[in-house]
Amino acid sequence: MREGYRRPIPATWWLQKRSYSLFMLREFTSVFVGGYAFFLLVLVSRAQDPASFASFYEALMSPLSIVLHVLALAMVLYHTVTWLNLTPKVVIVWRGEQKLAPFVIAGAHYLLWLVTSGAVVWLVLS
Amino acid sequence: MASASAATQVLEVFRYSPEQDPEPHFQSYEVPFHDDWVVLDALNHIKDRMDWSLTHRWSCRMGVCGSCGMMVNGEAKLTCAAFLRDYYPKPIRVEPLTGFPVLRDLVINMDDFMEKLVQVKSWLIPKEPRELSQGEYRQSPAELARYKQFSMCINCMLCYAACPVYALHTDFIGPAAIALAQRYNLDSRDAGEQQRAEAIQADEGVWECTFVGECSKVCPKDVDPAGAIQQAKMAGAIDWYKALLPRGKG
Amino acid sequence: MGIPVHDVLIVGGGGAGLRAAIAIGEEFPDLSIGVVSKVYPMRSHTVSAEGGAAGVIKPNDSLDDHCYDTISGADWLADQDAVEAFVNEAPKELIQLEHWGCPWSREPDGSVAVRPFGGMKIRRTWFAADKTGFHMLHALFQTSLRYKPVVRYDEFFVTKLLVNDGRCQGVTAIEIRTGEVHAIGGKSVILCTGGAGRIFPFTTNAAIKNGDGMALAYRAGVPLKDMEFVQYHPTGLPGTGILITEAARGEGGVLLNKDGYRYLQDYELGEALPLDSPDHPRLRAMELGPRDRLSQAFVKEQERGRTIQGKYGDYVHLDLRHLGQKKIDKQIPFVRDTAKNYIGIDPVYEPIPVRPVVHYMMGGVDTDIDGATSLPGLFAAGECACVSINGANRLGSNSLTELLVFGRRAARVAAGFAIENPAVDEDAIRKQAAEEEERIRSCFLERTGGSETIADIRTDLNTTLDKGAGIYRNEGALKETCATVLELKKRFGEIQLTDRTRTFNTELQNALELEFMLDAGEALAFSAVARTESRGSHQRTDHPERNDEDFLKHSLAYRTDGEPRIDYKDVVITRWPPGERVYGKR
Repeated sequence: MREGYRRPIPATWWLQKRSYSLFMLREFTSVFVGGYAFFLLVLVSRAQDPASFASFYEALMSPLSIVLHVLALAMVLYHTVTWLNLTPKVVIVWRGEQKLAPFVIAGAHYLLWLVTSGAVVWLVLS
Repeated sequence: MASASAATQVLEVFRYSPEQDPEPHFQSYEVPFHDDWVVLDALNHIKDRMDWSLTHRWSCRMGVCGSCGMMVNGEAKLTCAAFLRDYYPKPIRVEPLTGFPVLRDLVINMDDFMEKLVQVKSWLIPKEPRELSQGEYRQSPAELARYKQFSMCINCMLCYAACPVYALHTDFIGPAAIALAQRYNLDSRDAGEQQRAEAIQADEGVWECTFVGECSKVCPKDVDPAGAIQQAKMAGAIDWYKALLPRGKG
Repeated sequence: MGIPVHDVLIVGGGGAGLRAAIAIGEEFPDLSIGVVSKVYPMRSHTVSAEGGAAGVIKPNDSLDDHCYDTISGADWLADQDAVEAFVNEAPKELIQLEHWGCPWSREPDGSVAVRPFGGMKIRRTWFAADKTGFHMLHALFQTSLRYKPVVRYDEFFVTKLLVNDGRCQGVTAIEIRTGEVHAIGGKSVILCTGGAGRIFPFTTNAAIKNGDGMALAYRAGVPLKDMEFVQYHPTGLPGTGILITEAARGEGGVLLNKDGYRYLQDYELGEALPLDSPDHPRLRAMELGPRDRLSQAFVKEQERGRTIQGKYGDYVHLDLRHLGQKKIDKQIPFVRDTAKNYIGIDPVYEPIPVRPVVHYMMGGVDTDIDGATSLPGLFAAGECACVSINGANRLGSNSLTELLVFGRRAARVAAGFAIENPAVDEDAIRKQAAEEEERIRSCFLERTGGSETIADIRTDLNTTLDKGAGIYRNEGALKETCATVLELKKRFGEIQLTDRTRTFNTELQNALELEFMLDAGEALAFSAVARTESRGSHQRTDHPERNDEDFLKHSLAYRTDGEPRIDYKDVVITRWPPGERVYGKR
């Protein structure tokens, strides 16, 4: 233990600064990202068996499920946007003495995201 | 109406003297307000004219020696670059940098960082040894630009104070030390990345970082330690995948 | 209980101290090294140096040219054998630092870039943008971490040299964190404590520059050499004294008076070439004249009423606008940051107000060409030492190189001394340290009934030196300053502290620093009154001419119980006989 007085850290430290709270929110959205990925797995496995899928599909139409879906969408979007906004910190592309501007890096990621999403939609619908 | 020269501002200063105080407390001082004064000027005024026992570190007063970092209204700042006018007329709360043990008043214990600098081997490990008679290593301006930003760190500890991960787990190597390791990793003259990986790719290294990003926001020299850490994660991950390939490290 | 003892003990962890430590670590790996510093090494004032470090590297340059510029810049008061050694070793040291990772700015082909600097007739100043000292210090500090025999005493404040049997054998130091007083032994001791700019009220120098090492040596009987030569840097920010680097002029910045006129052309510094001339900035001319001449020109211009009046005294303008944002951001970004932060002026769009400011002490602990002092076992290097290569006026960018060259030279000789000499007498130095501890206790920590405060005496010291020992001096004012300094030393005996705790007692440290400052100020004032000539930075209005017959000599100030005794020794002249200092000629 280092010499000196250690100030206690309150359990609510992350509420004391907006940026910390937003960070915690980003961390929290991971629960939904993970949860929804799990849900998709279940969905795919149920889809193998048309009989059980019908009742599963029924349950998905419930108001609670719809609320959960909207919430999950919001969370995943928040997670995605904050994540993509951070990409310029991680991906550095040099052209001589200049870095590629952050918006180019983030923009490329957003573009990739839209293209991938579009491809998934096309795959599901066709 | 008070004239401008008679204007004052209140500083609420964290006080703790281990020989006298079981617990820290805050003490208020009313100092003259000048619109070109920085918080450090106010602290020096208190020390010279009001209370000689007030204890703080400072030296260059021009933002390069890194001594005078403190929490100013909850934000990690160099007090030589935090102007009173940006807070006036509200009181200013001055505390020692968070995340560090306090030796006295505004003075923190930074032994931990000094040891971490050694752990990450923040010195040049040459790719190829060179005699003085061979002159300098050639390094193009573009190669210099690769690491220049990370070499601007003044070790002021503001990034550590802003990092909640460090506050909770002091084993974390932390922003400045990792940025300095990365500074050498990216230097075209250096070949020490593998040696430094031992410390910075360990659990207490880059992987402890959850990318809060505050370190880069408070950095007075735009070093972007958060970027350095994420880039080191990326480099570590790529190395890890490369090692899985049948041909080894390529 | 034993005390820590090292083969070589270095006081000060700035550029010179760290270079010395690494030199011993590399060249004498069996020796143990102690580095005692009152601040963490990377806080040392080397960090604030901006513009660059001189060393001959380009094919159009020559060692003799660097020698001549240095010697003429010094108004022939530099020892020419020392200058030759310095100039010879300078490039090797700068390359060495490159090998240790210093991020020197580069040419497109990858070789190091050089820029012009004041008083130099060829571009030879290596630079790392405009944070050269910062990058050098951090490269040295980080490199020093590699050497296991280097034991650091960070935040230990040295109060006394321990001299036993006619030999310096260590120091007494307060461990600032605990307040404990330690004896630390060293078979040889190197002082690398920097200058004393803080004895003046208006200085670029950091708070830590209190002449510690100078006073330590002075008290141990070693003379202080050439203390009357104080460098005013022509471009400091009014009010704070924050430095705007000479590199700003090296890149083409110009000085303007209140009429927007480049007034330097009126002071024998050459003609003012148009700003778009390919020859601007001309070397060894106008804005790239030596610092003493430029600061003196400011005073003359002020007397003519052509400076601008401001809240913090008169100023002139440093105009960089014609350089353009791109060049400013690439070559001198810190100038822009500093001006924007501290005075709210963006030099891309507005000229920067500047005035002369105390920057550097040419004088210091009298050493020979290897840093050895007259006290066996005691060495000095860097600004606290006077070798002397700087004479009556140092050229910009010679001091960073000096740290390296003489840090290493002193280290090698100090290491040799440690190897050849017997162990330190631990009992004797421990006893002396106990006496010093007693002095600190009785005179400061436990003293009652005193009536003086640190701030008052410090302010009075600042004021009297500013009044008597500024850019232009005369006998009357200097005599008054001498008397005042002696009076202040007496008043210091009545000092009363309020903080009686041990932990991080900065009040105690400030008091002891003030005591050092009084010694440095005393040596300065008495040396200045005795030198009845004008040379370089020492300008006497009552003796306006240089007088080589009587004063081509170094002054030596010896401490006594009363006034210091001033003596002289000859300047070493090898190949450059004294001549006229000429600037601005084609």
